[in-house]
Amino acid sequence: MKFPFRFRFWVAQRFSAAISAPSLPALAAEGQRDGKSARRLFHALILCAAIFLFMGAGDDSARFKDLGHRMMCTCGCGQVLLECNHVGCQSSEKMRGELQAALDKGGSNSDDLVLQGFVQEYGPTVIAAPTATGFNRVAWIMPFLVLALGIAFAVHVVRSWKNRPEPALADGITIRPGSELDEFRRRARKETDL
Amino acid sequence: MSQIGSFALLLALGLSAYSFLAGFLALFGKDAASARLGETARRAGIATFAAVLLAGIVLVMAAFNNDFSIAYIFHHSNRDLPAAYKFAVLWSGQEGSLLFWSLLLAGYGFVLRLRYKTDQRLFAYASVIIASVQVFFLLILNFAALPFGLMQGSLPADGSGLNPLLQYPEMVIHPPMLYLGYVGFTVPFAFALGALIMKYPGDRWIHITRRWTMVTWCFLTIGVFLGAHWAYAVLGWGGYWGWDPVENASLMPWLTGTAFLHSVMMQEKRGMLKVWNMSLIFATFLLSMLGTFLTRSGVISSVHAFAQSSIGTWFLVFIVLTLAVCTFFLVANRSYLKSEHKLESLVSRESSFLFNNLLLLVVCFTILWGTFFPILSEFVQGHKVTVGPPFFNRVAVPVALLLLLLTAVGPLLAWRKTSLESLKRNFLFPALGSLTIGVMMIVFGVRPWEDPSFFYATMAAVLSALVIFTVVSEFLRGGRVIAGKSHQNLLSAMIHLCHRNTRRYGGYIVHFGVALVVIGILGTPFNKEVEKEMGFGDKISIGPYTLVCQSYTQDDNPNYANEWAIMNVFRSGKQITTMYPERRFYKASQQPQTLPRIYPSFREDFFLVSDLYLVYEGRNETTGQPIIKAHVNPLVPWIWIGLIVMVFGTIVALVPNAAAVRVAATTPIRAPAHVGAGD
Repeated sequence: MKFPFRFRFWVAQRFSAAISAPSLPALAAEGQRDGKSARRLFHALILCAAIFLFMGAGDDSARFKDLGHRMMCTCGCGQVLLECNHVGCQSSEKMRGELQAALDKGGSNSDDLVLQGFVQEYGPTVIAAPTATGFNRVAWIMPFLVLALGIAFAVHVVRSWKNRPEPALADGITIRPGSELDEFRRRARKETDL
Repeated sequence: MSQIGSFALLLALGLSAYSFLAGFLALFGKDAASARLGETARRAGIATFAAVLLAGIVLVMAAFNNDFSIAYIFHHSNRDLPAAYKFAVLWSGQEGSLLFWSLLLAGYGFVLRLRYKTDQRLFAYASVIIASVQVFFLLILNFAALPFGLMQGSLPADGSGLNPLLQYPEMVIHPPMLYLGYVGFTVPFAFALGALIMKYPGDRWIHITRRWTMVTWCFLTIGVFLGAHWAYAVLGWGGYWGWDPVENASLMPWLTGTAFLHSVMMQEKRGMLKVWNMSLIFATFLLSMLGTFLTRSGVISSVHAFAQSSIGTWFLVFIVLTLAVCTFFLVANRSYLKSEHKLESLVSRESSFLFNNLLLLVVCFTILWGTFFPILSEFVQGHKVTVGPPFFNRVAVPVALLLLLLTAVGPLLAWRKTSLESLKRNFLFPALGSLTIGVMMIVFGVRPWEDPSFFYATMAAVLSALVIFTVVSEFLRGGRVIAGKSHQNLLSAMIHLCHRNTRRYGGYIVHFGVALVVIGILGTPFNKEVEKEMGFGDKISIGPYTLVCQSYTQDDNPNYANEWAIMNVFRSGKQITTMYPERRFYKASQQPQTLPRIYPSFREDFFLVSDLYLVYEGRNETTGQPIIKAHVNPLVPWIWIGLIVMVFGTIVALVPNAAAVRVAATTPIRAPAHVGAGD
């Protein structure tokens, strides 16, 4: 994803304006408690995030490297285009040439257009990872969904463990209060210090 | 010769089938006749090993005798193949590797059946389950993938040779290690399923299989890493992990096996996570089978896969059947798997194990999902999509970093409950140390905000440092206490400490190794590469190195013809070494192969070691000029050092504990308080 130079310049300008603004305590001292400081901080955070998101856009060699790593070599070696170097590979050489030619066309040829050109020529399997469109989104969503569900499940399990009643004890045995057990633990750790 | 091999396999099938059926029937009776039947089943199981071993020996001998009447030998060997690779023919192709798998399983079964007196009833169950898996493999070997199948038509004068990529010393070690790992998980699986079926009281099955599981895990770890090293040293693309489906297949059981090794401690110490542990070991075994299915079915295309064949269906049926059996018994006997204790605090070792398991399984799921998504996509959208390295790197890496954080924090948490005070005390030094590493990286020019890969690299460095400092502080703290009480020096005290609780401190060493591996991986965003046509005296500059092409030379032997470049390597104006990147042309298979040369800069950089990696790619077809590709891969050698440390840690964990040192209490304790040991 490459953003126009003017936009990146604007982002950089806003960011430098934000970070060169007086610090929060200084603003507070000046009595500017009308929310300006919080707004500035908010802007700075947004701009930081924007820069983080938009970073990586650079010159053509960086673009070549980026796009070359987003495509697969079609010779069947199963490697990313720029990493295929197996002896006598005809595909990777040709594809690299085509990629360079597409980038040489200039700014009007966006990354998406370049990739689309390759998809038309070599089919959808040329793209090294599922695109974020249609059913392919499921590929990206599922692992994080599973992680979220897993965390929810783990929290539920931990809570249910915590709320589980103490196991029944034989007659005559009494459980010591938690604080007393804590004291035993503290002493044991202190004396073994391990 | 082929008849002897075929007969041995048929005999092995008969023996293992008898071992399974007779053993199964004997489980139902309690009289002397049933005991005798069980004993014959055990002996048949032992004899199976002898029969499969005979088949294996026959196949290797056929390779050494150049018996090209056997189709398998014709396709995977030739007369001039070096002896070590003739031995490796056993696992170089589909049929041979299945025979090798069967042989290892029979070997594990042999050892298990000899040690049956440990617990006769549980061993009888495990033996029957292993026999059933053995029957499955021998059925395939006898009816679907015949290692001793004969060539049709006239007898060929020479074989078509072993795949050049496999003619590398590591290929003689890597597959056996991987198979020892895959097959080895059958043993804990058999004990777990046996214990579940018979509602075996207590956790004795875990104690019996603990060493099996650790040894198996260690083999699988070595196998996975040797595979990565082979890819690095042979394939010539400068990387070691390409997220290929077959690589993924070996990583999945490793992840669930690692989760099992952690969570099983919860069951031993606290009687918790019983269903979970059963499920994990079942999943590990099934994922091992799934890996074999992926490699052999042709369902997923991979450079590592064997030829497409019909045996994929066999594996699919076996996996579904095994899954059904495991699920049935898990549901039917769930009452037997009730937890015995409650959790006292969220900040405890128990919680950390739970979340560590969760993250390991999420990574495993991500890999499984990514591996199978192309098939799902074809089913839903009508066309395949590629799920390659960018997907796995983006999804799995953040989760792996969380896992690394838990690896650092987990050992600092006590069983049951951890006080904030002790957490602060134990965490302060490692946290400060790791933050210092992060700051130093920024000071020395790493800009985590410039690129996500730099951000991940910085995070990985900080968290690896956290793991290392945690481990070191644990050793120092324990060592100081022992040194103070026994008046030894600190080093001997730490060795003594290790010996007193080998499992705990062996585990810490493994964590240390994992951190080193991560350090090796985090150098990837800083890799450099240059490609150039080079005549005599031409130069390339890359990183701190200047490479000067001194000459090219050629050689020839019966197996291959080769050509190599002689490259002088200079650093700071001084020649430090000469490297010989090579290109071979194998005569029997008529295939070319590059052999990169690697120079790790330990002498020059040590901690910040990098690999200078040279590939002789061949000649430009138009100009006839040789093409050299040079890579500088920072920190990669730490991956292999990390592996050695991990293996060492596992060996330490396998050593029995020394007797505990008794220390008199300073003040009398009023009542016994049960505090969990800190494994």
